[in-house]
Amino acid sequence: METPLHQQHVDLNAQLTDFAGWQMPLKYGSETSEHCTVRRDVGLFDLSHMGEIYVFGNDAIEFLNQALVSDIAKVKIGRAKYTMICDESGGAIDDLVVYRLAETDFMIVANASNANTVAAELIKRADNFDVTIMDRSLDTALVAIQGPEAATHLLKWVSAETISALKNYSCVEVELDGVAVLLARTGYTGEDGFEIFVSIDHVAQIWDLFIKAGIAPIGLAARDTLRLEAGMPLYGHELNLEITPIHAGLARIVALDKSDFIGKQALVELSSKIDRRLVGIELETRRIARAGFNLVDQAGVVVGQVTSGAFSPTLGKSIAMAYLDAAVDQATANISVDIRGTLEAAKVVSLPFYRRES
Amino acid sequence: MSVPANLNFTAEHEWLDKTAGTATVGITLYAADALGDVVFVKLPDVGSLIAAGAVCGELESTKSLSDLYAPAAGKITEINQAAIDNPALINLDPYGSGWLFKIEIEAVGDLLTAAQYQTLIA
Repeated sequence: METPLHQQHVDLNAQLTDFAGWQMPLKYGSETSEHCTVRRDVGLFDLSHMGEIYVFGNDAIEFLNQALVSDIAKVKIGRAKYTMICDESGGAIDDLVVYRLAETDFMIVANASNANTVAAELIKRADNFDVTIMDRSLDTALVAIQGPEAATHLLKWVSAETISALKNYSCVEVELDGVAVLLARTGYTGEDGFEIFVSIDHVAQIWDLFIKAGIAPIGLAARDTLRLEAGMPLYGHELNLEITPIHAGLARIVALDKSDFIGKQALVELSSKIDRRLVGIELETRRIARAGFNLVDQAGVVVGQVTSGAFSPTLGKSIAMAYLDAAVDQATANISVDIRGTLEAAKVVSLPFYRRES
Repeated sequence: MSVPANLNFTAEHEWLDKTAGTATVGITLYAADALGDVVFVKLPDVGSLIAAGAVCGELESTKSLSDLYAPAAGKITEINQAAIDNPALINLDPYGSGWLFKIEIEAVGDLLTAAQYQTLIA
């Protein structure tokens, strides 16, 4: 499938790649430069492949509290929450951001690869609730501007009052260049920034506006290294059906004190006897520890596996996320990564690798 | 994409400049673009002997790992430490400051002329 901005990407000479069935821009030039542009200034992303699923109705809160792992009643109107939908055994079906638009109106943003599954699963879980679920992924486009200068740029079109009132993980309906959009202060880069949900009929106008304002387009390659530095999981790498939020270091999003939700029992049991944990890895070599490579201990025993790895442009080091056996003492562990038969020295570090100055 | 007319090439996208006494070797702009941003370079040791056509090093980019093939047989006389320390040079200037190593040639391998290489990548 092509996003509504396909022609824009072609005109910008993007190298396109298939991602979850979508033709997406991998990069427009150097992925390293694109990465650094977002860390230093601001960049523009087409994220129209992401899924947008609307939930509304009298039972919306009770329904979402049953279907998702977080306490949705605590999400105030105009706020957003990072959460997860799990199966009965606690495995991650997808990680999500839930936006509360009104008392009983919610928008759920799902990964492109999982949007259909999430919509179908929500519908299945809605049987006994007074809710309506609408998958609007195909008529909702999404662009993001991310970087320390994102707010400054946005001042050209949105009032200073609106921007300063829009806290991190908040959203508001505004007009941008005469187009009705949902403006959210969320993102996946570790920087300040905004995500703009807009009809596919008007997204080109918004994109062109940002491009004309000099905001550089950024492809998925840089999006991946930005989120990795920020220690954010990517579904299919750090998360899948065999991995629970507890394994992924995301116990904070699981409301075990909620009366009940799908996956609760399994997650309660797991939280006291976890067998592996998501960790950060820094290597001495510049070689990349790619997904699937093994972590080995001093005795050569496999003690974990890399889920994502890259050369970090910000740190100037090879970094990775990996699942490490819980029995390994992270502080004293002498870990190597098996890179195609060569053992490369590595150390376990706390996540994230990069945190912006606030 | 034009290629420098004074160089020779391998089908594996290395270039070889034999105009001086010792030849300089690098990868082509076409290869650098195809690889993406190079983050790690492994080159043969200075003084080592390499065989024409043999794997003599590796280049790792953000997306993949590629072997480096020796375009000639001979002794390595110098390696580009600047490119090892800052592999971005290979993407920025593959025919200039992003060169990889110098070799005292004993025999060349199967080399292409600039015109032949141009046809290969067309």
